Amino acid sequence: MQQKAPDTSKVHIFNGQTLLLDGGGALENFHIAYQSFGTLNKEKTNAILVCHALTGDQFVRGTNPITGKAGWWEGMVGPGKPIDTDRFFVICSNVIGGCAGSTGPATPHPQTGKPYGLDFPVITIGDMVRAQACLLDALGIPDLFCVIGGSMGGMQTLQWTCDFPERVFSAIPIATAARHSSQNIAFHEVGRQAIMADPNWHGGTYYETDGRPSKGLAVARMTAHITYLSQAALHRKFGRNLQDREKLGFGFDADFQIESYLRHQGMSFVERFDANSYLYITRAMDYFDIAADHGGQLARAFQNSRTRFCVVSFTSDWLFPTEESVTVVRALNAAGVDVSFVEIDSDKGHDAFLLDEPELTNTLRGFINASARARGLHDDFPDPEKEADRA
Amino acid sequence: MTIAPSSHQNSVYHADARLDLRTIAQLVPTGSKVLDIGCGNGDLLDMLVSEKNVDGRGLELSQSGVNMCVARGLSVVQGDADRDLTYYPSNAFDVVILSQTLQATQHPRTVLLEMARIGRQLIVSIPNFGHWSVRLDLLRRGRMPETDTLNSKWYDTANIHLCTLWDFVDLAREVGLSVDQHITLSGTKVHQGAGHISWLDNWRAEIAVFTLLRAKPQGE
Repeated sequence: MQQKAPDTSKVHIFNGQTLLLDGGGALENFHIAYQSFGTLNKEKTNAILVCHALTGDQFVRGTNPITGKAGWWEGMVGPGKPIDTDRFFVICSNVIGGCAGSTGPATPHPQTGKPYGLDFPVITIGDMVRAQACLLDALGIPDLFCVIGGSMGGMQTLQWTCDFPERVFSAIPIATAARHSSQNIAFHEVGRQAIMADPNWHGGTYYETDGRPSKGLAVARMTAHITYLSQAALHRKFGRNLQDREKLGFGFDADFQIESYLRHQGMSFVERFDANSYLYITRAMDYFDIAADHGGQLARAFQNSRTRFCVVSFTSDWLFPTEESVTVVRALNAAGVDVSFVEIDSDKGHDAFLLDEPELTNTLRGFINASARARGLHDDFPDPEKEADRA
Repeated sequence: MTIAPSSHQNSVYHADARLDLRTIAQLVPTGSKVLDIGCGNGDLLDMLVSEKNVDGRGLELSQSGVNMCVARGLSVVQGDADRDLTYYPSNAFDVVILSQTLQATQHPRTVLLEMARIGRQLIVSIPNFGHWSVRLDLLRRGRMPETDTLNSKWYDTANIHLCTLWDFVDLAREVGLSVDQHITLSGTKVHQGAGHISWLDNWRAEIAVFTLLRAKPQGE
């Protein structure tokens, strides 16, 4: 009955197991779709969990069977890459609430056999992480050498270090924050309202109809996409250039290249993403606030943590600006935690973490290799400076 | 003077800077927990981690320095000695190092107080404005000294709070620190002392390295 997961991922079915949720509900017999690369060493000390962002999935490298395109972090994960699949056992799982094979609103409700729709319980970042911990248990992995992710993946990374500190040796939260800001909640609300205003949404029950709330979801994606880019990057790429025309059309067609680009982004997104999943996952991000879960004091969340942190931000990211990372770093310092913090100079905005940024690659390579040495994973770890040269 | 506040590699004390770092490294106990404020590109921290097996952390103002440190595998955060020391808990480190950075801070007194709060032992190195070449240059030309080691214009220098060894020791005492030992560097010459800064020390040192301990209880 489970929505069929794309071929290349594995699905773990937690039969007879219940995932208790922060919102008070529970998910029974839940599924987690994931991909893994590399080999777990016999000491089980070389596992890396990669956490995906809002619209990401488990297809971190290799061809994504849903889109036919390359994996979303092909440049970072693979043989000889910073997250080296020759040395590490790399896992990436679709979040709970998602639409790439893990249990989400499009999954049939166990009682009715019909898709959950809005009967799916509201989930949190903490729920996503608890589900990932269940997956590790099922795979027999006691702890993680590293948890890494950008944006919402960074939120999961931070959540891991708070909820399972003893299971995380090192953590790399990238372009993220310890809480979702008011501005970010505002953008998400615009996206959700666009979906819910689409007449094809039908209160979330569109699965039973021929239609999909594609227009609403496309608008949500268009809005969000603007927030992932910087003003400078947009202007460099598109300027005020016209699309397939010599002069202004004096109408509401896509006169400008930027309009055409956004429409394309919106339309291609609806082919791969479920509108209700978008509602649930954006909500999970809105609810994220680590300090609030620890008596209003962020440092308390990291007290006694022995995890090694590397926090990364980008200069032109206005969705998760550097100040958000600095807040996390100060809390980690106040808790006496081992932390590195790098702000990378880039004009590519929030999306920079997904793109080819040599400074990001070098930073992650250096930090991961140093962490590996600290964990006693000495085998085949070349000198980091030579590594950097090679890169 | 272009003793960059936060990057040893840019220092005009090039050869001397290496000696300065070596001298500091020798003073750090093996296996201790160390914070290097203004750690530059991580030369000293790297030396301490690999040779002294310390648990080393760094604070560095320049982003390029920080990125280089992290790529080298060092635990370093971007930050400002004037602003960010307040976020470190008390007694968090065995040793807190400030290498040729004090003179570039906005509030040297506050920085020293914060260091004394954070660490049990302090190691501070400073360029000596009392060096004979500085004194003679001012006397001879009647203008702000410009020597081999002080080669920036007065309006163009990062070193806004220069002092002599005596001045430094006065401030250290005022904030409740006692000088445990001092080492003066001039060229390749190294002189060791037990905290009493002589007239000769203050005349011949280009750089001095001090180890300081809390003399009085906190909050005096």
